[in-house]
Amino acid sequence: MGIRRRKTEETLFKVLMIASCVIVGSSLFLIVGTIVVKGVPYLTWDMVTKAPQGGFYIGKEGGVLNAIIGSLYIAGGATVLGLLVSIPISMYLNIYLKGGSLLSKSAKLAYDVLFGIPSIVYGAFAFSIMIWLGVRASLLGGVIAVTLLIIPIMVRTLDEVIATVPRELKHAALSLGATRWETARVILRQIKPGIYTAVLLSFGRGVGDVASVLFTAGFSDNIPLYVDEPAATLPLAIFFQLSSPIPEVQGRAYASALILTLIILIIVIVSHFLATKHKH
Amino acid sequence: MLILSIASVSFVFLIGVGLYLRAAPLFNEHSLFSLFSGSEWAPSKNRFGFYPFIMGTLWVTLIAIVVALPLCLLTAIYLTEYAKPGVRKVMLPLMNILAGIPPVIYGVWGIFFVVPIVREYVAPRFTEYSSGYTVLTGGVVLAVMIFPILVSIVSEVLRTIPKELKDASLSLGATRWETIKKVVIKRALPGIVAATVLAVSRAFGETIAVLMVCGNVPVAPSTAFDGGYPLPALIANNFGEMMSIPLYDSALMFAALLLFVIIFLFNLFSRIILNRIEHKYSS
Repeated sequence: MGIRRRKTEETLFKVLMIASCVIVGSSLFLIVGTIVVKGVPYLTWDMVTKAPQGGFYIGKEGGVLNAIIGSLYIAGGATVLGLLVSIPISMYLNIYLKGGSLLSKSAKLAYDVLFGIPSIVYGAFAFSIMIWLGVRASLLGGVIAVTLLIIPIMVRTLDEVIATVPRELKHAALSLGATRWETARVILRQIKPGIYTAVLLSFGRGVGDVASVLFTAGFSDNIPLYVDEPAATLPLAIFFQLSSPIPEVQGRAYASALILTLIILIIVIVSHFLATKHKH
Repeated sequence: MLILSIASVSFVFLIGVGLYLRAAPLFNEHSLFSLFSGSEWAPSKNRFGFYPFIMGTLWVTLIAIVVALPLCLLTAIYLTEYAKPGVRKVMLPLMNILAGIPPVIYGVWGIFFVVPIVREYVAPRFTEYSSGYTVLTGGVVLAVMIFPILVSIVSEVLRTIPKELKDASLSLGATRWETIKKVVIKRALPGIVAATVLAVSRAFGETIAVLMVCGNVPVAPSTAFDGGYPLPALIANNFGEMMSIPLYDSALMFAALLLFVIIFLFNLFSRIILNRIEHKYSS
């Protein structure tokens, strides 16, 4: 092959690469841009401060406060429950077990796989558990489903953070006569920022996911007060309003989408800064 | 803690067994073959043919991969081999944000951005009429959804290629692109395959975004401009009404089981490969 042809090929692919990079990178702005353009005209103060009033679904007064609160409750409850399960697991896998042990290896693999299981499967599974336990679609059901969904996210994130803790710290603590439990507490203090990242990631996932709460949380126009009441969620509210033929209701779907996007962007950006701060 | 850890490993199997038990009544009346090959979906007449839904899933997944893979490969290669660190520092966080955007938002975007483009500009060139709610639309939305996972994993895999290998090729007079084509990609191939399989399984299970833009027609699509009805959408759309018809809920649980088994195997396969690459790199 002549040198000129080789050069041309080099340039051609470089151009292709830059073009792909631009397409891939701009997709985020395209999505957020579309949501902002569509949502801003319909965003009112009522949207975030009021629950649906009478006739809301034919375009009358109200907002989606019920769904915002419902989503925050479900994601919050699931995050707390998830932490209670994930911290002991990740501590056990990394501090109590030797890195190469069969249990630690297979548990980590199991979490990698669970991480890839789609939320609709978690939703269907949680729904079966609920039927079995006699729980109907409610705040509690939603929390169960979302907890199942986010435990793998938490364990994997914590696992990655613990891996960045110098091994000497663990050895130093152990050699000073600390028990493994005390060592775990030392490590825990060390990875605090990482825990915040795990919390934010899981919370964001919990707020945004639909398929897991679709059959487990139900839907209600009221702000839930007890765990056995059905609860609306923001993504589901968007989905329902969008399928309405009435323009006002559709407009509210756009505004709700904008609210959800803003919540998620805040969460992701905060967690990004926490993560980079932790690295330095 | 030991119990918790063991429980978490067995949880994977618990999901499988749980879904199987709920789906089991369906197997008493229908053979696996008839479930897969039947194309009629009429729960009230005890007809459960999954063929249209399986084809719907395959179409959107295939389109998503065909669209996303070249773009993401080139992006990942550019980021690891050519780009200045500054570009990488911007792109990778962007990918993280993209990964955090909820599926329903992708769906809304699909309806307002991709659907009109398909309806007005793309489809008219190939076919007489299309509503815009097609498997192509679903595939494109899914492609964007799997950008982050493909770009970040492929970048990580590419970063594990030893510098000496590239230097050797460059010093022998190969251009940068030739080095990438003949050394880097060859060496990274298992990792790229694993990342692709992972992305495929992500696309497989995505529910809401696809449901919103695919049209949900329970007929196997014959072109990219037909509507489709992927498996996850089938579950999501019918869960409410399934209780009144016998075997309906078993059929939906069977759909969930199918998704679970396929995605479980795909994930297992690619994670084992990726772990091996990471292990080799760190030791």
